[in-house]
Amino acid sequence: MIKNAMTKLGLSLAVALTSIAPAALANSEGGKMPSANTRPDNIASVQRGAKLFFNYCVGCHSLQFVRYSRLADDLGLTEDQVMQNLNFTGAKFGDTVVSSMPAADAATWFGKAPPDLSLEGRSKGPDWVYNYLKSFYIDHSRPLGWNNAVFPGASMPNVLWEMQGSQHAAFEPKQKKQEKCSGTPAEGCNNGQREIEVCAPGRTEIDGKCLVHLEVETAGTQNAQQFDETVRDVTAFLQYAAEPAALQRQKLGAWVVLYLAFFTFLAWLLKKEYWKDVH
Amino acid sequence: MANEGVNHGRRRFLTATTAVVGGAGALAAAVPFIKTWLPSAKAKSAGAPVQQDISKIEVGQMVITEWRGQPVWIVRRSPEQIAALPSLNDRLRDPDSKNTDQQPKYAQNAYRSIKEEWLVMIGVCTHLGCSPKFHGEIKPEPFDAQWKGGFFCPCHKSRFDMAGRVFQGVPAPTNLKVPDYHFADDKTLIIGVKPEGAA
Amino acid sequence: MATSRIQSAVAGLQEWFNYRAAAFGPVYRKHMSEYWAPKNFNIWYYFGSLALLVLVNQIVTGIFLTMHFKPSAADFAPGISQAFASVELTIMRDVEWGWLIRYMHSTGASAFFIVVYLHMFRGLLYGSAQKPRELVWLLGMLIYLVLMAEAFMGYVLPWGQMSFWGAKVIISLFGAIPMVGDSLVEWIMGDYLPADATLNRFFALHVIALPLVLLLLVVLHLAALHEVGSNNPEGIDIKKKKDANGKPLDGIAFHPYYTVKDLFGVGFFLTICAFVLFFEPTFGGWFLEHDNFVAANKLVTPEHIKPVWYYTPYYAMLRVVPDKLLGVLTMFGAIAILFLVPWLDRSPVKSYRYRGWISKVALALFALSFVWLGKIGAGPGTDPVETIIGRVLTFIYFAFFITMPLWTKSDSTKPVPERVPAHD
Repeated sequence: MIKNAMTKLGLSLAVALTSIAPAALANSEGGKMPSANTRPDNIASVQRGAKLFFNYCVGCHSLQFVRYSRLADDLGLTEDQVMQNLNFTGAKFGDTVVSSMPAADAATWFGKAPPDLSLEGRSKGPDWVYNYLKSFYIDHSRPLGWNNAVFPGASMPNVLWEMQGSQHAAFEPKQKKQEKCSGTPAEGCNNGQREIEVCAPGRTEIDGKCLVHLEVETAGTQNAQQFDETVRDVTAFLQYAAEPAALQRQKLGAWVVLYLAFFTFLAWLLKKEYWKDVH
Repeated sequence: MANEGVNHGRRRFLTATTAVVGGAGALAAAVPFIKTWLPSAKAKSAGAPVQQDISKIEVGQMVITEWRGQPVWIVRRSPEQIAALPSLNDRLRDPDSKNTDQQPKYAQNAYRSIKEEWLVMIGVCTHLGCSPKFHGEIKPEPFDAQWKGGFFCPCHKSRFDMAGRVFQGVPAPTNLKVPDYHFADDKTLIIGVKPEGAA
Repeated sequence: MATSRIQSAVAGLQEWFNYRAAAFGPVYRKHMSEYWAPKNFNIWYYFGSLALLVLVNQIVTGIFLTMHFKPSAADFAPGISQAFASVELTIMRDVEWGWLIRYMHSTGASAFFIVVYLHMFRGLLYGSAQKPRELVWLLGMLIYLVLMAEAFMGYVLPWGQMSFWGAKVIISLFGAIPMVGDSLVEWIMGDYLPADATLNRFFALHVIALPLVLLLLVVLHLAALHEVGSNNPEGIDIKKKKDANGKPLDGIAFHPYYTVKDLFGVGFFLTICAFVLFFEPTFGGWFLEHDNFVAANKLVTPEHIKPVWYYTPYYAMLRVVPDKLLGVLTMFGAIAILFLVPWLDRSPVKSYRYRGWISKVALALFALSFVWLGKIGAGPGTDPVETIIGRVLTFIYFAFFITMPLWTKSDSTKPVPERVPAHD
């Protein structure tokens, strides 16, 4: 069917272009982190995540783009269920979720105002959120005693520590390595080489040390698997909160694509019929 | 470039089928656009039902609240005001509230309310939209020597009785509007939601 | 009886109309039912009509977005502008179907550039810029320029992190102009940094000013084309062989043949767009960048400021040139040089099908350099090896145009047939 070289060129260009996209898709979504494996289409998971969020997070973090009434609709809850179990701030049913903590005070107490999390599921992605919540560890050098391997220097304490237990971090020192350079010996560059200290590949550098792994030392109320599920639920909820229309979008999309494929087929038949005239 | 051997029937059929299927798709695609004009969640939230505590309202007193941007009057009628209502019937345009646009079914009665003691009404004159003034006292007024209490609109002199019914001979054409409302309990009025099981 | 009544009523209506607007009939014939287009249009010829379709989509969805968008950088809540909230709260969540309109607009924006780049490539491939179509090409290039400005301003409107920082970086490029640079930057922004003034004026330009300019240019582009007639994949001038009535032997009426063919193209294209819109609207961050889901913060710079994918080839050129002013000149020069193609292309044949291997290699290298530069521009730009590659590619890009007069003239050609090969 491909008759000449130009069409071949065009098609190979198209193939080349589309082959860049999937690779880029993976890269731009931070493919190096363990996957969160959330099921945002599992309403039960999102409901549990909502409950966890409103119990542990909303004290500091707002969801200024999420309305209680919308939560009721999307999570299959009644107005009463939402207002009893999720509304702790006295807000009205149609209001958005605003944290009870005043932003100015939060900035003073934590050093930085806890950000609104309405779109966190989209800007950071579920994998980041999941791993972040699992990566708190005890660090006495920090003001609140907690640090985070995914976001070193985070001002946030581990609000889920009761369930996870307290995690500790094991570090190793940096390793010496030779690096190419261009400069004078006064700048540290001898014969085009410079000695630097880096962490081994795969090790995150935090405060000049290399993180080896995190380990729960004092157990919490949940074991590792249970805690993973807990964090997965919160992540699923944040994923939902970032784009409440996502499930509707996908459901409708199936029909739209089917319809358009059918229409295209009809249009093709019509084209073929008229083009019988052309020789 | 018409040719012998052109199957006009097939062309018409395919053209028509494609046009119909495409047209249906175009119509379906227009629906979301049109629906974006419906009140948004924010508008619905602002237009949500309003709760009013009526435990502190005295007999003969009127309280004004707001619902969907309009003034809502809540009046605790006195026994005298309630008793005087039937005597006004032949001076009114629509004494039996036959115009069903102006009140829900459960308010289509002599008092235009669920409980005869409590009047709930939208405080907007049905003439041109001014908000009439409350003249609750039963005493002669300059605009009506036989005034039995009610509302007087200063803009164009329309008059309404203590059930919001419009008098004859005034510019306003219809009785004052009664919104959907119900009693959550004896102390609480919810404006904007009809009573459970009501038509 | 009734039908003849209807028929005579319709005829009467037509007569009423024709008496008052007689020119409409000939216009329809000239541009549709008697516009003789070459019968051998291939897949590369879909993209013009698709571009028009996407333009209509952007305008219609844009109008509906404007009904809810608030072009104000003032606070909706601390750290969140009204503009950002109007997109992510009002449009994406509160307004019924708002999310669909938004995605149609954002998917459409990227689709616009995919279609336009393929459309432009067709022009190069078949020598469509050559005489007598130089004006068509120039108008097209103006459309491309205006489109890039339009898309840039549109992306600023949601006032996310990428909106703000992208605006800051691109507007500050004008600061490289000696003497007037800094004042110019302040004048463009209307403030000392991208602020409410900037957002508001970009809104006005994006919503009405540039769309009007775009529409005018598109009308002129089509008018100029119809004056001289369309080119074709063989590069044959079909007007050279006409029948007794003056109709080109290898031409067919645009309507119904190409309207019906373009309808199929529309269906196929919409199916692909729908797939992206409903299943991957962000397209992995390429169409809607992750950082733009964060409200603009003038005190926090995102890790990677990068423009949307359709600007990345030029952004790469800007970055690999070590000097700021030279980088800006290179970037704008890369676009400016495209305007000169009608005069750089000296080939005696139009279509690359009849050009020699040098031309084909040159075109392939150009395409490769553009795509690869795009990939580099999308990255962090810190790898020194990649920077060197980028410089080589920039050189290839410019060399393609600068040397074009030489190799187009000297390359071998095959004889171009007089008649278009039969359509099977």
